Amino acid sequence: MRYVVCIKQVPETTDVKINPETNTLMRDGVAAIINPFDMYAIEEGLRLKAKTGGTVTVLSMGPPQADAALREAISMGADDGILLSDRAFAGSDTWATSYTLAMAIRKIGAFDIILCGKQASDGDTAQVGPGIAIHLDLPQITYVRKIESIDEKTIVAERLMENGYEVIQAPLPCVLTVVKEINEPRLPSLKGKLAAKKAVITTWKAADLQCDPKCIGLEGSPTKVVKIFTPPARQGGEMLKGEPSEIVPQLIAKLKDAILGAAN
Amino acid sequence: MSDPIKINEKCVFCGACVKACPFGAITQTERKTVPVIDLMKCTLCGACVASCKFDAIWMKEKSAATIDLSSFKDVWVFAEQHDGVIQSITFELLGEGRKLADSLGMKLCAVLLGSNVQKQTAELIARGADKVYLVDRPALEHFQDESYANVLIDLVKRHKPNVFLCGASTIGRSLVSRVAVRVNAGLTADCTALAIDPKTLNLLQTRPAFGGNIMATIETPNARPQMATVRHKVMKEADVNPAHKGEVSMETIAEVLLHSKARRLKFVPETETTMNIAEANIIVSGGRGLQTAENFALLRELADVIGAGVGASRAAVDSNWIPYSHQVGQTGKTVCPKIYIAAGISGQIQHLAGMQSSDIIVAINKDADAPIFKVATYGIVGDLFEILPLLTQQFRKVLGK
Repeated sequence: MRYVVCIKQVPETTDVKINPETNTLMRDGVAAIINPFDMYAIEEGLRLKAKTGGTVTVLSMGPPQADAALREAISMGADDGILLSDRAFAGSDTWATSYTLAMAIRKIGAFDIILCGKQASDGDTAQVGPGIAIHLDLPQITYVRKIESIDEKTIVAERLMENGYEVIQAPLPCVLTVVKEINEPRLPSLKGKLAAKKAVITTWKAADLQCDPKCIGLEGSPTKVVKIFTPPARQGGEMLKGEPSEIVPQLIAKLKDAILGAAN
Repeated sequence: MSDPIKINEKCVFCGACVKACPFGAITQTERKTVPVIDLMKCTLCGACVASCKFDAIWMKEKSAATIDLSSFKDVWVFAEQHDGVIQSITFELLGEGRKLADSLGMKLCAVLLGSNVQKQTAELIARGADKVYLVDRPALEHFQDESYANVLIDLVKRHKPNVFLCGASTIGRSLVSRVAVRVNAGLTADCTALAIDPKTLNLLQTRPAFGGNIMATIETPNARPQMATVRHKVMKEADVNPAHKGEVSMETIAEVLLHSKARRLKFVPETETTMNIAEANIIVSGGRGLQTAENFALLRELADVIGAGVGASRAAVDSNWIPYSHQVGQTGKTVCPKIYIAAGISGQIQHLAGMQSSDIIVAINKDADAPIFKVATYGIVGDLFEILPLLTQQFRKVLGK
């Protein structure tokens, strides 16, 4: 079985501020990490491989520095890494990103399961996983919290819904996006770290993927960011002071109307 | 392929573009040198082009629309139903969709997929839909990613909506991500504000990014439909108006589109509590300060009395005090209730990302320096084991329960 895990390198924190003087994002000194949700995807790929045998390939689109993210995945136990890096990919939205990743997966050829985190912590869209699935005309199981069974032809997985979970059966190949509940990512082993150091990361450019130039980067992105701004700060709140017996009636007086109004 | 953006010889090294770039993609290592654009950080937003007084930055123009944008009409809303029950997010979309349709001088339409759901069209019309596209087939009884997407793709190609809104729910996000790719539409996730640009008539889609620390406004200038998923509980529900008139269009769909390779075998409802926190108007949430799983009973009692859902911080979920589906925050759910009561939650940035857009936030924590107090509407420094039971008892009296 061949597992392909799509990962994204993101800033370590979402505590990103806009410098009010220059109106620029202040992200200097913020370390880059693997998107936290993708860590669960990598871990699940490794667990599936342990169960069924096969290989785990990690795939990322990003700047040359994203090489570090692929190596980290290899240190956890992934077999190889592919980096999609080309200036022509600049300005990609989720349409172009999912197209580019899908073209790379096509080039990889034989694959059984594509794993993604449910969303990235910087963009929070959750659109790329299903986007890859439709570009490849594959079934998808999103928000997977557990894989119940897998064989060469079929997977049965639980999808987390707002009010419970669905059990879904899909033929392979199939795209999965995973939530945090699915597992606990392992730490890299010493052996893994050595392998990561030695690993040769394959780099593919747009031309290697036979991408339609109209479908990548800016040209392939229907959406356009026209403005970024800092959300209005929440007004400093009111601290209720005194003994609990005094505070509680105060709070109730303040909330009562809102609670009656919000009656579910 | 040549670079899509370049700084040319007209540059006088003033550095205005370095300051203008919202993404820190332009650097000027020394004065009197041409700044360098890091194309991997650049999103081609054009802020630098606008900032340059010397016309020294060239950016590749996106090709103009290759489709006739004016042939796309009407504002569509996906009517999410579970077991035939129209979900409240749909009414919120109809409320917002009405405003957009009126600004554009277009019709507001709902799209309803299901089995035996003909009756529900009246409900959608009463909430403002001028037209309901109905696909009523046994195969569509439950949501399935492929068949639902196939049907929507077919309907979009056939009827060409201008705007297409969907809830940013599990179903919504899984569904329209497929649709948008296939119909070459722009799709913006999890919007919290929508408006029509009076000049271009484009849909301005505003959404949080970086866990809500940054807001971005996004447009789809050259493609249609303009698709967006919308966060639950942000928009106001459309009022019920039984006198509102609308038509129902029964849509014929080719059998082959109803086929889905993935199949739903069963649905297992959540048993922990009855209320889904994404739907709840009030949430009481507990964190590390609750100390044990058993102490969540204090929250559940309060939740029962005031009609709230129960949420939790990551710390509480990681300690196995409550299932993951209750986790609020960056790796859990983003919620936007009218009232959010945080008990024993310190307010790490990841937690705040999931709840800071709530209308009223009440924080109860014994640490006066806890970051949660920075976002709290009402803060109480104190012992939650004293305060919660008292709150439950007095609310019970006040609310007559």
